[in-house]
Amino acid sequence: MSNIQTAPRSRRNTELLLLLLALVVGIGANMLVGLDQDRAFDSDFFTQGITLIVLVLVVHVVLRLRAKYADPVILPIVTALNGIGLAMIHRLDIATGDSAATRQLFWTGIAIGVVVAVIWLLRDHRVLRRFTYLSLIASAALLIFPLLPFVGMEVNGARIWVNLGFATFQPGEIAKITLAIFFAGYLSTNRDLILLAGRKIGPLQLPRWQDMGPMLAAWLVSIGVLVFQRDLGSSILFFGLFMAMIYVATSRVSWVIIGLLMIAVGGFVAFQLFPHVTNRINGWIKAFDPEVYNAIGGSHQIVQGLFGLASGALTGTGLGQGRPDLVTFANSDMIIAALGEELGLIGLSAIVMLYVLLVSRGIRAALGSRDAFGKLLATGLSFTLALQCFVVIGGVTRLIPLTGLTTPFLAAGGSSLLANWLIVALLLLISDAARRPTVTGPATESRPPGDRPRRRSKTDERNTGSTEVIQP
Amino acid sequence: MNQAIRNTWIVALAMFALLFGSLTVVQFFEAENLNANPWNSRTIYKDFDKNRGAILVDGDPIAESVPSDDEFAYQRVYNEPELYAPITGFYSLVYGSTQMESAMNAQLSGSGDEFFYEQIVQMFSGGQVEGASVELTLDAELQQLAWDLMPEGVKGSIVVMEPDTGNILAMVSKPSFDPNEVAGHNTEKVTENMAGLEEVPGLSPFINAANESLLAPGSVFKLVVAAAALESGKYDADSELENPPTLKLPGTNVELPNYVNGGCAARTTADFSFALEQSCNTPFAQIAMDLGEDAIAEQTAKFGYGESYQIPTHVTASRFPTGMSDDLLAQSAIGQYDVRVTPLQVAMTSAAIANDGVLMKPNLVRTVRAPDLRVMDSPKPEELQRSLSADNAKLIQDWMVNVVDRGIGGRAAIPGVEVAGKTGTAELMAGEEGNNSWFTGFAPADDPQAVVSVVFEDVDVATGSSLASSSAKQLLEAVLNK
Repeated sequence: MSNIQTAPRSRRNTELLLLLLALVVGIGANMLVGLDQDRAFDSDFFTQGITLIVLVLVVHVVLRLRAKYADPVILPIVTALNGIGLAMIHRLDIATGDSAATRQLFWTGIAIGVVVAVIWLLRDHRVLRRFTYLSLIASAALLIFPLLPFVGMEVNGARIWVNLGFATFQPGEIAKITLAIFFAGYLSTNRDLILLAGRKIGPLQLPRWQDMGPMLAAWLVSIGVLVFQRDLGSSILFFGLFMAMIYVATSRVSWVIIGLLMIAVGGFVAFQLFPHVTNRINGWIKAFDPEVYNAIGGSHQIVQGLFGLASGALTGTGLGQGRPDLVTFANSDMIIAALGEELGLIGLSAIVMLYVLLVSRGIRAALGSRDAFGKLLATGLSFTLALQCFVVIGGVTRLIPLTGLTTPFLAAGGSSLLANWLIVALLLLISDAARRPTVTGPATESRPPGDRPRRRSKTDERNTGSTEVIQP
Repeated sequence: MNQAIRNTWIVALAMFALLFGSLTVVQFFEAENLNANPWNSRTIYKDFDKNRGAILVDGDPIAESVPSDDEFAYQRVYNEPELYAPITGFYSLVYGSTQMESAMNAQLSGSGDEFFYEQIVQMFSGGQVEGASVELTLDAELQQLAWDLMPEGVKGSIVVMEPDTGNILAMVSKPSFDPNEVAGHNTEKVTENMAGLEEVPGLSPFINAANESLLAPGSVFKLVVAAAALESGKYDADSELENPPTLKLPGTNVELPNYVNGGCAARTTADFSFALEQSCNTPFAQIAMDLGEDAIAEQTAKFGYGESYQIPTHVTASRFPTGMSDDLLAQSAIGQYDVRVTPLQVAMTSAAIANDGVLMKPNLVRTVRAPDLRVMDSPKPEELQRSLSADNAKLIQDWMVNVVDRGIGGRAAIPGVEVAGKTGTAELMAGEEGNNSWFTGFAPADDPQAVVSVVFEDVDVATGSSLASSSAKQLLEAVLNK
C-alpha cells in the first residue's frame, strides 16, 4: 500500500453515478424479460422499476446525510444484483404464472427500510459491541424458534421456517449476523488471552482447552442446525463464519486446521447417520446414476440445473428465451442455473465478478477499520457472503454437494434478502468509520477535529491494527 | 491482524476462482455432452419451439411445421402421411426423430454449420433461426402410382430410381402408418398410439422397409452370378451351361430342382440367355460352385453389398454369407440360404447393369433451400464404383430384355418399348407357406430412364409374380410417358 495520503473524499457522487448504472442494468434486464415475452412495459414493469429506483435513492440520500464516507461501490453492486434477481424472478413468474417478483419487491422494501433504520439510528458499528452476549442469546433464540411447535414449520425436509401469519421467515438467516456480532465481540475482547496461552507443537501453536470453548460452541451450533433443522447449508455457513473470524482474531493456522478436522469428523458422522446428508452426497457424486436421478430427493434438480447451465453455454439464450422454468426452485435455490441459462457463461461470470467486488470491498473496509471489533465483523460478514456464493454456486455446478442455501440478493426469499441487506448496512457503516477522516462516533481513539490525515508509521499499524485513510 | 484479513480474502478469492472454473467446465467444456444427454428435455423443448423446415415433393410440403397454441410454438404436420411415412419418418417428443427428420435434422432445424451466419445474427437479434426446407427427388405421381399398385393388406416395397443419377423417383412400402399419430405433443396419447402401431402385423414404424428390411432375393440374385461369371473371364455369351432338371448338392442328399413351372425342362444344356429367360436354377448353382464363394462375394461387393449407405436416410447393408460349403454356395447362387438384400440393393444391381456397369449412389435429396429460398445444397450425382465392364453390362441387358420378351417376365412387356427385367421367387423359412415375389428391371433397354425393384413378401407364387411384373410394367410406362 502506498504511503501517499490524499484528502479523504466522500465519493457520494461516484456512488450516485454507479447507482444509475446499476439501475440501468437491473431495470434494463426487466425490460428485456418483458420484450421477449411480448409483455414489455406492463404495469408490473413500471411498479417494479420505480419502486427499486426510489428505494435505492433513499439509501443513497441517507448515506449522504449519515455515513458520508461509506464505500461508494457496495450499494451499486448490491442494487445491480437485487435488480437482476428481480428481473429473473419476474421472468420466471411469467413462465409459471406466479407473483414472486411482487413479494420479492415487497421484501426489498422492508429490507431497505431496515437498512435505512440501521444506518440512521446505529450510526457507528462499535455500538454493537455492547450487545455481544445479547447477540448470543438472540442467535440461540433465532435458531431454536423454528423447532418450536406451532410457529415452526418444515418445508422440503428442513425445519428452518417460522410462520409469521402473513408470511414465512427463516430466522437462521438473521442468526448468521447475530452470531457474527457475538464472535466479533467475544474475540476482540478475549483475543489477547487466547493468543498468549497455549502449547507449541512444531510450527503449530495449539490453543488451550478452555479457549476451545467458543470453537466447540460454534461446532455444536453447526451440528445442532444440521441434526435438528436438517439444514446442511446453514450448518456449513455458521462454522465457516466462525473459522474465518477466529483465524483473523488469532492469525493462527492451527485453529483452521483444528476446525477443518472437526468438519471432517462431523461431516463423516453426518454422512453415516443422517439420510438427508447421505442423499445430498449421493446426489452429488452419483448425479447421473439413473437410480439416484429418479429417486425422490435425488439428483433430478441438480442435473436439470446443469442442463440449464449447459444450454446457456457461452452467450446464453437471452433473457426470456430459455426454459429455466424446467428446473425446480428455479427462482430461489437454483436461480444461478436460470441466470446461467439465459445470460450464458459470460453473463454469469459478470454476476460472480460483482460478488468478488462486493466481498473485496467488505474486506477493504475490514482492513481500513480502526478497531478490532470492526475488523472482525467486516471480515466475518464479507466471508459469509463469499462462502454463501461458494456453497450455492458450487452446489449448482456440482463442484460440491448441493445444499439449500440462497444466492445473496438474487434468489427469491424475504429472509435471505433482509439478512443480506443487513450485512450491507453493517459493511457500509464499518467502511464509513474506516474512511472517515475524523472520528465522531463513540470512538476508542480520536483525533482533533480538522486534523489532516497523518503519515502512518509501522508502530501505528502494530498498535491499532491499521489507521489507513488512503482513498481507493 | 491485517495479514490474516488479507489471507481470508485470498481464501475467498480462491473459492471464487473455483467457481469460475466449475462454471466454465459446465457451460463450456461439458455443455455439448449435457445438451446431448437423453434426460435433457430442454433440447427437445428448444427444438420443438422452432419453425422447422418443410420436406417437399414436387414443391408441395409432405412434412411441415405449423404454428401451434399449446405449450410449443409449432406442431409438425404430415400431409399424405401413409404415402410418405417411411421416407419422412417422424419428429416426436417421445420417440425422437427418424428417417429424413433425423438424417436432415441439421438442415431442417437450422442448427448445422451452414447456418453459422444466421446463428450469429440470431444471437444478437434474439430471433429464431428458421430451418431450411428439403426438396426430395421423389415424383409425386409415381409415388402415388406405386402406392396404388400395392394391394391393401400386402406387405412389400417398391423402389423406382434413375440409373444414371441414382435419384430415387418413388419409394413405397406397405403396411405404412400415420406419423401424425406419434408427432403430437400429448405424450400420453402418443405413447398409446405407438403401442397401437407396434401391434400392426408387418409394420415397424421406425424403419423404412425399402432401405432397411433384409429379404431373401431368390432368382433376382442370378444377375449377380451372371455378372460374376462374365467378369471372371471363364464364361462368355456363348458358354454352354449344363442344365439338368435336378442337381444333387455335394455332400448332401438334397436335390436342387429347376423351377417347376418354367420352360427349363426343354433343354439339358443352355446358354446364359436361356438360363435367365426361364430362370433355371441348376446352371447357376454349377457356375457358383465352379467360380467359388470368393468370386461371387467379390461381385456382390462391386454391386454394393456389405456397405450401409446414407442416402441421406440409412440403408442397411445387404449381405452374402461367407465360409459356406459347396451345397450352401449352390443354394446361395439362386438367392436362397442366407443371402439377404434390401429392395433398394436389388434396384442398385439393376441400375449398375442399366448404366453400362457404373453404380451410382442412390439419393433422395434434390435441394436444400434456406428460408430466403437461396439454394444451400443440391447433391450432385455421385459415382460409387464400377460394378462390371460396359461390355458385360450390355450382354446382361440383352439377356434381361429376352426375359421379358420370350421368358417368364412377359407380364412386364410394354408394346413398342424394349423392357429389361428379371423375376425372382424366394422361398421363405421352412414351415412358412408364402414366397417373396420379386421383379427388377428397366426401360427402354438401350437408354434406360428408370429402374424398378418390386417385392411382395409372403405371397403365393402365382399372385406374387403376376403382381410384381405388372406393377413394374405400369411404373416403367408411367416414367416413359412423362
